[in-house]
Amino acid sequence: MSVLVNKNSKVIVQGFTGSEGTFHAQQMIEYGTNVVGGVTPGKGGQSHLDRPVFNTVKEAVEQAGADVSIIFVPPAFASDAIMEAADAGIKVIICITEGIPTKDMMVAKEYISGKDVRLIGPNCPGVMTAEECKVGIMPGFIFKKGTIGIVSKSGTLTYEAVDQLSKVGLGQTTAIGIGGDPIIGTTTKEAVELLMNDPETEAIVMIGEIGGGMEAEAARWVKADGNRKPVVGFIAGQTAPKGRRMGHAGAIIGGADDTAAAKMRIMAECGIHVVESPALIGETMLKALGRN
Amino acid sequence: MNIHEYQGKEILKHYGVRIQEGIVAESPEKAVEAAKKIMAETNSKFVVVKSQIHAGGRGKGKIRGTEQRGVQLAKSVDEVRDITKNIIGNVLVTHQTGPEGKKVNKVLVAQDVYYPGASEPKEYYIGILLDRARACNVIMASTEGGMDIEEVAEKSPEKIVKEWVDPAIGLQPFQVRNLAFALGLKGDAFKEMVKFISALYRAYVETDSSMFEINPVLKTSDDKILAVDAKVNLDDNALYRHPDLQNLRDITEEDPLEVEATANDLNYVKLDGNVGCMVNGAGLAMATMDIIKLSGGEPANFLDVGGGANAKTVEAGFRIILKDPNVKAILINIFGGIVRGDRVATGVVEAYKAIGDIKVPIIVRLQGTNAEEGARIIDESGLKVFSAVQLKDAAEKVKQVLAGQA
Repeated sequence: MSVLVNKNSKVIVQGFTGSEGTFHAQQMIEYGTNVVGGVTPGKGGQSHLDRPVFNTVKEAVEQAGADVSIIFVPPAFASDAIMEAADAGIKVIICITEGIPTKDMMVAKEYISGKDVRLIGPNCPGVMTAEECKVGIMPGFIFKKGTIGIVSKSGTLTYEAVDQLSKVGLGQTTAIGIGGDPIIGTTTKEAVELLMNDPETEAIVMIGEIGGGMEAEAARWVKADGNRKPVVGFIAGQTAPKGRRMGHAGAIIGGADDTAAAKMRIMAECGIHVVESPALIGETMLKALGRN
Repeated sequence: MNIHEYQGKEILKHYGVRIQEGIVAESPEKAVEAAKKIMAETNSKFVVVKSQIHAGGRGKGKIRGTEQRGVQLAKSVDEVRDITKNIIGNVLVTHQTGPEGKKVNKVLVAQDVYYPGASEPKEYYIGILLDRARACNVIMASTEGGMDIEEVAEKSPEKIVKEWVDPAIGLQPFQVRNLAFALGLKGDAFKEMVKFISALYRAYVETDSSMFEINPVLKTSDDKILAVDAKVNLDDNALYRHPDLQNLRDITEEDPLEVEATANDLNYVKLDGNVGCMVNGAGLAMATMDIIKLSGGEPANFLDVGGGANAKTVEAGFRIILKDPNVKAILINIFGGIVRGDRVATGVVEAYKAIGDIKVPIIVRLQGTNAEEGARIIDESGLKVFSAVQLKDAAEKVKQVLAGQA
């Protein structure tokens, strides 16, 4: 099992021939991901990295059977790329692009809302199913196949968590980087729910940050769902000041509910194993599983 | 991006939103000139002098060391001159600036809109922002104008009415009427408010704003509706399509170190602590700040060097962090995914040598690709740099350094 992507996923890269698209497509292919081609409007019919280039996502779906798309298109064109993928019938869209205007994302999210498609991101490191399929920019070598699922708003902090898990002997099912923008396709709660319902996933690491109410929503859902699996949680930005954007467009404390303290309190109340220090994610998971 | 009240008002006016008119001035002489013009136009002896800084609470805030308020009604040209002299070039301290305050370089000389007339003037609040949970814009309106809206939300949430705008179809007239009626308006004032909100929303959308806060919105004694203040926040990600709005940036309002960081493509936020940090990735950068605090220090900054940490970015980061006199130690935390640890280590060593005499201890934590190799390069460099591989070790080293044991 695992969620979202696996060895059978047929992946296309939107923004295939650009430098980012090329570099990461190559890395994905090396990891074993089934990259069936890419899309660069105007370059259809060419071959790139020994794979076909299509003018449109529709052609990629029809001719290469693509069902997953990863987007490396620049911010000004990324929301259009998302909508094109959704319209063409792609089932999982993973948008890596950082810096998409909020207004554009609002429209894209509305556009895909009635369709049978899941959007991950934007402004995310992608999705990784350990030792099977990498659709993103995460470093493959830190992953080990296992039973822990990860949901995170951040890139390198996800790697940190994965690395700590691997080092204490806990492998992973799927790591989902949901992204750090104010509007994202899949919320923390939705990603946690996917992993909670995945029979191979035994426990979940949930990494959030200041801003918004997604972690609280996820925590309340975990509790209402009966705490079926242990969840270890961390919120970055305990020392962040109010009203300043901390890198990610969504990482800003507006009201009292946006703070790390408020989120951590709700998470703890909902039975999540909250860690204050990001250095203790691996150890705490071992304890939560009763294996220390 | 934040902009000044006078700039925000110019944007609103461009979209047909009625505003309290005014003229911006950078000296007492110019303020007097502006006041005379406004007094003649409005046929009034009164104008309001408003400090222009990127912070709220200006009306209650005071110029440091004096009783001069940041916003004050002037009842004559002489008063305009005196008030402006008190304000320009001095530091205004409000509840939002913190004790360090902000230097005022400009004042807005504005018309007095609270003139007597047929009805009592009344203040309202109107805000537009993104509702993240619903992924759409929300317009908030309240009869509690002039108050801190967060306080209203806490104490009497029923006094805030909201309309959510469907991203596909946009703001509908009935929604605007809902808001105007909820504010208890009727007659001409109602019609004016409908016009006001419609134009305001159009301005919000077309400028790609991320927040509008008009507090107060005033119903004048002759039933006009106008914006007395304007807090406008623009979406940084959308600035590329608004070159005219990019010019509104006032770097004197920003920390000089933050301006320097931006010029070097670094994402830096100055904080008040004693341990500087340099990290790749925003989430890990925040987590590193948290580690510093848990190790007994206080973070001096947020600094994300992004995906391409190399000798050049590391050196720029070093230079910025070292300009902060409060910094007693620096923690570099790089999780190499695509970036290679040995490369970063070489970058740190090169940057260190380029800068020369670095007085504060530096802890470098490299993890990921070629991390051990990176640690070896650091250890063998002969520089006063401590290396760590695990995040826990790094936290421990910070603790030791702060305790003077390292």
